[in-house]
Amino acid sequence: MFKNLFNRHTRLAILMVITLGLGACSSGVKLDDVEASKKSGSGSTDSKYANEPWNDPASPIYQKSFYFDFDSYTVKSSDQSLINSHAQFLNANKNQKVVIQGNTDDSGTTEYNLALGQKRSDAVRKLLSLLGVSEAQMEAVSFGKEKPKSTSMDDAGRAENRRADIVYIK
Amino acid sequence: MKKILTWFLPILAMLSIGSNAFAQMQIEITGVGQTQYPIAVTRFLNESGLPSYVTDVVRSDLANNGNFANVERGETEVAENAKPDFSMWSSRRAQALAIGTVTPLQNGQFEVKYRLYDVAKNQSLGGTTVTVDRNNLRKAGHAIADDIVQRLTGERGIFSTRLSYVVKNANRYQLMISDSDGQNPREALSSTEPIISPSWSPDGKRVAYVSFESKKPVIYVHELATGKRIVLSNEKGNNSAPSWSPDGSKLAVSLSRDNNTQVYVINADGTGLKRVSRSSAIDTEPQFSADGKSIYFTSDRGGSPQVYRMGVDGESGAAATRVTFKHAYATSPRLSPDGKYLAYIARSGGFRLQLMELRSGEVTSLTQTNNDETPTFAANGKFLLYATRVNGRPVLAAVSVDGQVKQVLSIPGSVVREPAWGPFLN
Repeated sequence: MFKNLFNRHTRLAILMVITLGLGACSSGVKLDDVEASKKSGSGSTDSKYANEPWNDPASPIYQKSFYFDFDSYTVKSSDQSLINSHAQFLNANKNQKVVIQGNTDDSGTTEYNLALGQKRSDAVRKLLSLLGVSEAQMEAVSFGKEKPKSTSMDDAGRAENRRADIVYIK
Repeated sequence: MKKILTWFLPILAMLSIGSNAFAQMQIEITGVGQTQYPIAVTRFLNESGLPSYVTDVVRSDLANNGNFANVERGETEVAENAKPDFSMWSSRRAQALAIGTVTPLQNGQFEVKYRLYDVAKNQSLGGTTVTVDRNNLRKAGHAIADDIVQRLTGERGIFSTRLSYVVKNANRYQLMISDSDGQNPREALSSTEPIISPSWSPDGKRVAYVSFESKKPVIYVHELATGKRIVLSNEKGNNSAPSWSPDGSKLAVSLSRDNNTQVYVINADGTGLKRVSRSSAIDTEPQFSADGKSIYFTSDRGGSPQVYRMGVDGESGAAATRVTFKHAYATSPRLSPDGKYLAYIARSGGFRLQLMELRSGEVTSLTQTNNDETPTFAANGKFLLYATRVNGRPVLAAVSVDGQVKQVLSIPGSVVREPAWGPFLN
């Protein structure tokens, strides 16, 4: 399952993009990325994403954020297929752990918002659990309104912050 | 000379102690008591050249109290044992006079002695002597201001208590401990991740808080004198909202280990975790009542968040009862140390600080701002400190429980949040 997520052509295309990208911003490259590119350069079929397919833009689990309506703590039905993809991956990789991080907009008080953010991460956890993902693989936590992705105070900024993210632990 | 020194000394201090120098908190008094008691605090003898001026601390504390007016702002020194010129002070409309002397001791400490007089009656009201280190002269000023308030009003002063709050600059969060006026700040913790919900132990020696340094909310108990800390609770999910029992043996906390956020009680050493609230909704922000018999908390079990109260043993015996009814959103309950009041934040236009007198159930709105949160009572129950925004700036604000005396505490260019007002010491 893990390997079936990508075909060889996709991986080659990605590798080319990465190689070009590396030349453009070498200072921003982490050591393990350099390691990965060396391996592929020497003829290995491993791509940069072999150990972290969730970071592959072509992967069905690349999208890891779930957005919520104002005052809502229910995962949108349009996100069900994305939940399915994450569940499939986690069921096929039983050692893979994730932290689900819930967030709120800045309306409301600190601790209550922390609990509301947790309600969002827990909504994602429940759906994954219903699809068979083991509780031992998941932890639902919250940042409340403490770590806003958008600091913009307008409606779009607030909507960006009503969110739960699945974070894969390496 | 004095002016040059006040300029020069802070710079010297920054150079010599480096990381101990932090941006100054500014206090703006935005409301005072209906009547202000006129008092003259003359310049204490022999404090010229010292790192802090006791006289300035006393005058500033009395001004911050909101119920005193400083009649004297001059530099004329009057010794503690001098015979006061009562007719002169009477003509300047002072009703009380405080005079004092700072004496260096052989061991490097300073003895600060002061005497308080009733000007109209031409008689001494007593005084006190405080011995402090060179670096603790502000402490002597706070102790004398507390003594003045106690002798003139019968009320225990709060100037010697401390504050904790979180300062955010760029991506750095600092948990600070300061004097009651926000001055003399020391850093207890610095982190690149958020720090929230500091809570003082009743003996003032430890602060519990929530730190996100391990990418999730975890509760720590931090001993201020040593900087040593323990993880109080790091259960799966969120660990937050610590608050101490009045005897300091336990804390009430909010955990999501059972998936929905519920209230638990845990021993101060991290043992003996026990769930006390029982709902399928959010139960959080627990606070022990002053007598230690009840726990107040925020719950949205009825649809919207409201303040509830349960017995300290939890809901297994009897379900919690609802306490707030006036607003559709009520969070962040805080009990006054004297057991008379419940402060909370309600959505009422904006998010505004409310005060309920527990005996009558009467609720008063104390502010006009729209982003109030995290209220905290002064040890004498007469003041509340809270975080808010003024003209878009994140600041701390203080208000007296009668709503009259108001101050704004800010650090220009920094975000200041999550205040917690410490207990009386001793």
